[in-house]
Amino acid sequence: MTDRSLALTHEAYATQDVTVFGFWLYLMSDCLIFASLFATYAVLHTNTFGGPDARSLFSLPYVLAETLILLTSSFTAGLGILAARRDRARETIAWFAVTLLLSLSFLGLEIHEFAGLVAAGNGPSRSGFLSAYFTLVGTHGLHVALGSLWMLVLLVQVAFRGLSDTNVRRLTLLALFWHFLDIIWVLIFTIVYLFPFI
Amino acid sequence: MFGRLTIAAVEQGPIVLGAQIFIVIGTLAVLGALTYFRKWSWLWNEWLTSLDAKKIGVMYIVVALVMLVRGGIDAIMMRLQQALAAGGGGYLPPQHFQQVFTGHGVIMIFFVAMPLMLGLINVVLPLQIGARDVAFPFLNSLSFWLFVSGAALMMLSLVVGEFSTAGWLAYPPLSELRYSPGVGVDYYIWAVQIAGIGSLLSGINFITTIFKKRCPGMTLMRMPIFVWTVLGSMLLVVFAFPVLTATLGMLTLDRYLGMHFFTAGGGGNMMMYVNLIWTWGHPEVYVLVLPAFGVFSEVVAVFSQKRLFGYPSMVLATMAITVFSFIVWLHHFFTMGAGADVNAFFGIMTMIIAIPTGVKIFNWIFTMYRGRILFTTPMLWFLGFVALFTIGGMAGVLMAVPPADFELHNSLFLVAHFHTMIVSGVLFGDFAAITYWMPKIFGFRLDEKWGARAFWGWTVGFMVAFIPLYVLGLMGATRRLDHYPAGLGWQPLFIMAGIGVCIIVLGFVSQLMQIFVSIRDRARTTADAADPWNGRTLEWSVPSPAPFYNFAKTPKISSRDAYWEAKRTGESLAPGAYEDIVLPKNTPMGIYLAGTAFFFGFAVIWHIWWLAALAALAFLVFLVMRSLMEDTEYVIPAARVAALDAAHSA
Ligand code: HEM
Ligand SMILES: [Cu+2]
Repeated sequence: MTDRSLALTHEAYATQDVTVFGFWLYLMSDCLIFASLFATYAVLHTNTFGGPDARSLFSLPYVLAETLILLTSSFTAGLGILAARRDRARETIAWFAVTLLLSLSFLGLEIHEFAGLVAAGNGPSRSGFLSAYFTLVGTHGLHVALGSLWMLVLLVQVAFRGLSDTNVRRLTLLALFWHFLDIIWVLIFTIVYLFPFI
Repeated sequence: MFGRLTIAAVEQGPIVLGAQIFIVIGTLAVLGALTYFRKWSWLWNEWLTSLDAKKIGVMYIVVALVMLVRGGIDAIMMRLQQALAAGGGGYLPPQHFQQVFTGHGVIMIFFVAMPLMLGLINVVLPLQIGARDVAFPFLNSLSFWLFVSGAALMMLSLVVGEFSTAGWLAYPPLSELRYSPGVGVDYYIWAVQIAGIGSLLSGINFITTIFKKRCPGMTLMRMPIFVWTVLGSMLLVVFAFPVLTATLGMLTLDRYLGMHFFTAGGGGNMMMYVNLIWTWGHPEVYVLVLPAFGVFSEVVAVFSQKRLFGYPSMVLATMAITVFSFIVWLHHFFTMGAGADVNAFFGIMTMIIAIPTGVKIFNWIFTMYRGRILFTTPMLWFLGFVALFTIGGMAGVLMAVPPADFELHNSLFLVAHFHTMIVSGVLFGDFAAITYWMPKIFGFRLDEKWGARAFWGWTVGFMVAFIPLYVLGLMGATRRLDHYPAGLGWQPLFIMAGIGVCIIVLGFVSQLMQIFVSIRDRARTTADAADPWNGRTLEWSVPSPAPFYNFAKTPKISSRDAYWEAKRTGESLAPGAYEDIVLPKNTPMGIYLAGTAFFFGFAVIWHIWWLAALAALAFLVFLVMRSLMEDTEYVIPAARVAALDAAHSA
């Protein structure tokens, strides 16, 4: 078992270091986007304008299922990175493919939830509360969707070009991104879905 | 097929027609000249597709100066209107006047002050830290082109359609669909959003550059002070611009999907917008002014021929301002009615933030104390800045007292205050910087005589134009007035302000003359261009114009003011052998990506949905294409570096 990080050339290591640092900064800034949306949700969540409130709309078991799926996908992404570090391309692809599947089922569940709300007349333009809710959760969902697209492109690249330095670096960034989205989701779960019931 | 876009969008009456003809002819003239002189491939290969930070920086500055002309024309139009408009009158209908002040504010902040500053950082930062380039050269090019896309949308709004009438921060509910149903606010949203994302990417890029690309030996406390101020400024960008992105995003959702974030009904809360936008907006003013502080710190040390006084306290003050600027935003709307405690907190925080700024002023003055001061143009800009900035700052502290602010809020006193800060702080800082670093960029100096004339034009003109506004504000004149009652006795002061603008124009014309004269007589100033001011920092240790690889050999330093020390001790900054240099290849991908962003913006403004979908798809395709490119760098072998370096020093 060779550890890939030892095999990296000096240049590749430097690039990786710089890119990961920059990506962290990006994540911090993205965090601020979510912070703005959370703050807005906090201010608007009681502005139901005669419409339904959080308690009457959300179902905890459903959201718990979403949460477990997303958390598992973070775990499988982590396993994928471990495999990539050990230079096992097939295993890497397999783990990330599982991650992608989980992410797509998460998105499926979320879209289903949104569609149900809209169909019942509780779409985002119903009230300030629902605008804030759809935008906060939807922005997370959009991130997951774009992350999935990214994952797909990377899987193709790994399949064709193997675990080059560049590809491993990008997988590392993707995994960071994925864990970040997980943390955001945990906050959404707690603040948006759990709080109304406690 | 074309959404809301009809031929009526270009028919806007005689005044706008003049502007439209001006813009169209101007664009055609530039394109024609490029074709006639066969400069297209030169422009494309040497500039537009370049990933060299110095060239990107120059392009930023050029575009910013063009936009400064546009913003300046807006200012003149407003001054003329207000000089004429006692008791009705004037030549601009209200709707048009509102577009002009909104356009002026947006252009000056987003398309003049920001790009001037980002341009300077691009030119100077890598050189000052002994680096060959920024951390992410391609991202840098993308940032620049996103900014250009935003600026292009801004200019397009003058030719096709209209611009927002909702002020430079687009407060709801006025900016909501109900009260602004046209395309104006949409132009605003997308122009600012696209340029803002470019700035955010720049912020990430420059912070990474500062932390990861410094030359050996350059510890944090040995960084030139300009680098510190850029660090503070870019930290603010990374933490504040996302809030702008999110806020504009929510306004967009209100307008496009009928949501209720900031609407007057439906459970919206418009004060949430005001809070959010100033959570970005106050840090933004420090984003602009901190690098200017850095410039002045360099300038005052070099031209006093002394070490900067109190470097550690300067660093501390910079970082204190960076942190504090996040907890003062509410001073922009004390009148919201948040209550006495909240207002008191924000008032006190605002006064506290004046302390580190005062520290800086004293440090600069002590740097001059017993220095052998050379009164060059950058130094003149600096002195003008110290005087005006102190006056404007005191006006600011006055407004930090909530009861006083209840009187002065949204008055011309406020307008006078922030112009004093921004013009003397940001614009003068950028002018000083351009004069100071010009030799490093182009290899010749700017003419001193015309420089001094420009300085006097701007400074005297500024005072004549803005001191009346302090007075008018105290007399009760509010901002954004397209007319006012004749009996109030305001007109003479407005006329005086108008005369002030004419004097500023003389200053600006002097700057154009300065550039012209300097290019004409450049032979006289090229000889000592490498280090014309007896500089202290690394950028002066390389030839002028700086070679595309910046440093033939990566310098190793062991003190602050490394080049000054090297000159004093006679030791070489870069002993040892030449090594291979790896540099990024040119690529047009930044242009393509930002181009699709432009088309996307245009399409959603006019509700041309198929074009929007197409542009979004193209964006993704270009992104994937870029990620597939493997061969993005090239190597200059050590021997070639040695030959180039020898040619430079010959
Ligand atoms: C150089 C000469 C300048 C002149 C003569 C000038 C003049 C004016 C005038 C007449 C107004 C409208 C005041 C009112 O509301 O009645 C205005 C507003 C404004 N100016 Fe300037 N300006 C200048 C430079 C700048 C610069 C350099 C900046 C920023 C970098 C700037 C930013 C703004 C902003 C943000 C507003 C507020 C727009 C709004 O009300 O929404 N100006 N200026
Ligand atoms: Cu402020």
